Amino acid sequence: MSNARTPNWLVLYAIGYLIFLYAPVLLLPIFAFNDSAIVNFPLRGFTTQWFEGLWATDALHSAVRNSLFVALTTCVISTVLGVCAARASTRYQFPAKRGIMGLIMVPLVLPEIIVAVSLLVVLIQLGLDLSLWSVVLGHVLICVPFSIAVLASAFRNFDRSLEEASLDLGVGRVATFFKITLPLVAPGIISSLLITFTISLDEFIIAFFLTGTDATLPVYIWSQLRFTAKLPGVMALGTILLAVSLLLLILAEWFRRWSAKRSGADVESSAGGLF
Amino acid sequence: MSASGQSSEAQDRPIIELREVKKQFGPVQVLTGITADIRRGEFFSLLGPSGCGKTTLLRLIGGFDEPTSGSIAIDGRPMAGVPANHRPTNMVFQSYAIFPHFNVSENVGYGLRSQRIERGELERRVAESLSMVGLEGLGARAAHELSGGQRQRVALARALIMRPKVLLLDEPLSALDKKLRQQMEVELRQLQRAVGITFILVTHDQEEALIMSDRIAVMADGNIEQLASPQELYSRPVSRRVAAFIGVMNFFDAQVLAEQSEGITLEVAAFGKVEVPRAQIPGKMNGSRATVGVRPEMLTLLFDESDVAERELVGEVVDVVYYGDMTYYDVRLPGVEKPATISMRNTAGRRVLSSGDKARVGWGAESIVVLE
Repeated sequence: MSNARTPNWLVLYAIGYLIFLYAPVLLLPIFAFNDSAIVNFPLRGFTTQWFEGLWATDALHSAVRNSLFVALTTCVISTVLGVCAARASTRYQFPAKRGIMGLIMVPLVLPEIIVAVSLLVVLIQLGLDLSLWSVVLGHVLICVPFSIAVLASAFRNFDRSLEEASLDLGVGRVATFFKITLPLVAPGIISSLLITFTISLDEFIIAFFLTGTDATLPVYIWSQLRFTAKLPGVMALGTILLAVSLLLLILAEWFRRWSAKRSGADVESSAGGLF
Repeated sequence: MSASGQSSEAQDRPIIELREVKKQFGPVQVLTGITADIRRGEFFSLLGPSGCGKTTLLRLIGGFDEPTSGSIAIDGRPMAGVPANHRPTNMVFQSYAIFPHFNVSENVGYGLRSQRIERGELERRVAESLSMVGLEGLGARAAHELSGGQRQRVALARALIMRPKVLLLDEPLSALDKKLRQQMEVELRQLQRAVGITFILVTHDQEEALIMSDRIAVMADGNIEQLASPQELYSRPVSRRVAAFIGVMNFFDAQVLAEQSEGITLEVAAFGKVEVPRAQIPGKMNGSRATVGVRPEMLTLLFDESDVAERELVGEVVDVVYYGDMTYYDVRLPGVEKPATISMRNTAGRRVLSSGDKARVGWGAESIVVLE
C-alpha cells in the first residue's frame, strides 16, 4: 500500500537512523583488515597482521583474563542477588518494601562516576587494597538493578498456584523451588546473566577507578588509544568483541525461543524478543 | 468384634472438624469463627458470593494458610502447624496450575515421583488416573496443547492419584463454557461417587452447588449462614440472605397476629390472613414483624374457570420473559410495590399472557416460607 509519488518520510528516517547507528560500528572490521597503520581511506589492502599482533601481546591477554573474571563473577553474584530480591518483592509483603526496593534500584540512575569515587574513598578509608574484587563490588552494585528489573517481570508472570500445587502434591518448599520455580523463570535468569555480563564487560569508569594494577579490557583499550600506532590493533580487538557480542545475542534469542516454545507461550508475541 | 466396633466408630467420625475457625488478614476479619463437621465421603459445597471467605476456608483446610485462631482436624488429627505437603488433602486449583514444562503424564505423576515409587507401579497408576478422568492415551501431550476441559481433567487426575482423604476444588468449573460446565457437573458427581473420597467444592454458582452436593454451607460475611441439604436449603432457607442467594424468591412483609402451638397466624401484604404450620418456620422469629418468602413456582396463574386454587387474588402482568419450556411473569399485586415473579411451565394448550393483562394468581399456605 505504499504511495509511489510521495516519499515515505518515516521509512527514510528509519533508514537514516540505522545508518547513523551502525555505520561507525561497520568501520571497525573494515579497518581491522586494512594493511595500513593509519586509519583513513582509501584502503590499502587486506591483512591479518593486526590480529596476529593481538595474539602476541601479553598485556592484552591478561586484560582479557581480568575482564572475563570480573564479568563472570559479577553476573553470577548479581543474578543470585537479583533472584532473591525479585522473588521477595513480587511474593511477600514486608515493612518499608517500596523504600527498600527503591534504594536497591537507585544505582540505575546514579552517575557512575559518583559510585566509583565514593567506593574508592570508602575502600581507601577502610584500608583495603584495590584489586579485581573491588571492581566486582562496584559492578555488582550497578548490575543488581538490571538483574532485578529483568527477573521481577519473570516472577510476576509466574502463577503462584504452580508452587502451591507442587507443595500440595507432597513436594517440600526447597524441592519445589528447584523443580518448578527455577525451570520456569530460567529464561529470565539467562537474560539476567547475559545483560549483567555485558554491562560488566564493557564498563569503564568504575573499573578505571577501582582496579589496582590489573587492567580490565576497557581500561587496557583506553591506555592503548594514546598511541596512534596501536589504533589498528584496537580495531582488530573491537572486531573480535563485536563478533562475540553478536554470538551471545543470537544464543540468547535462540534460548528464549526454545524455552518459550517448551512452556507453550506464543513465540512471536512473548515479550523480551530481540529480533 | 471390638475391632469392627472401633472401625465403625471411626467411620462415624467426621472427616473434617472445624472448631471456631477465625482468620484475619491485617485489619480484615475474613472468617469470624466457623464451626462445622464435614462427613466422610460426602460431596460438600461452600457456596457464597465473592468475598464471603469460602476460598480462605478451603485454603485453611488445604494448609496453604494457618487460621488466626480455632482448630481444624482432618480424620481426627489436629492440623495446626502441618504444612500443605504433609496433609491428606489435595487441591484442584481455580487456574488448574498445570505445570507448563511437563507433559500430561509428568504432571499427573509429579506427586508420586517424589515418593520414590517403583517405575512400573508409577506408570500403572498414572494410566489408571488418566482413564478415571477420561484422558486415556493423552499422557504424552504437552501442557500447552490441552483445551480448558482437558486441563481441568489433568488437574483432577493429578490430585486423585495421591489418594487423598479429602479433595478440595476451588471454583473448578468457572473457567469452562456453559455446555462443558453442565457436562462436568454430572461427571464430577459420578467421579466422586466412584472414588468415594470426600469432595469439598468452593463455588459462587448456586445451580452448580445444588446439582452436585450432598450438603451445602451457604456462607456470608465470613461465616456459615446455613448448612443443609440442597432440598432443605431451597425449600426452608433460614434467612432472607440465603433465600435470595439460592434461586429466585419473592419477599413480602408480614405482621404476626397470633401464635398457636401448631403454627402462627400472619397478616401478609397482598395475600391477607394466613395460618402457617410450624414446619414452615425454620428461622427464629423476633417480635411481631416478619418477612415471608414465596418461590416463583409456588404461585400459579389461573387461566380459566376450571383452574382453581386454595386461595386467589388478582394482579396485573407487568413483564413477560419467555424461556421456551417456561415463562416468567412479573405480576404487580395489590398493595405491594415490587412485582412478584411467577414461573409457569408451558404445558400443552396453555397460552402465554402479555404485559397489561389482568391475571388471577393462585396460592396456598404451603407456598409460604417464614423468614426472620
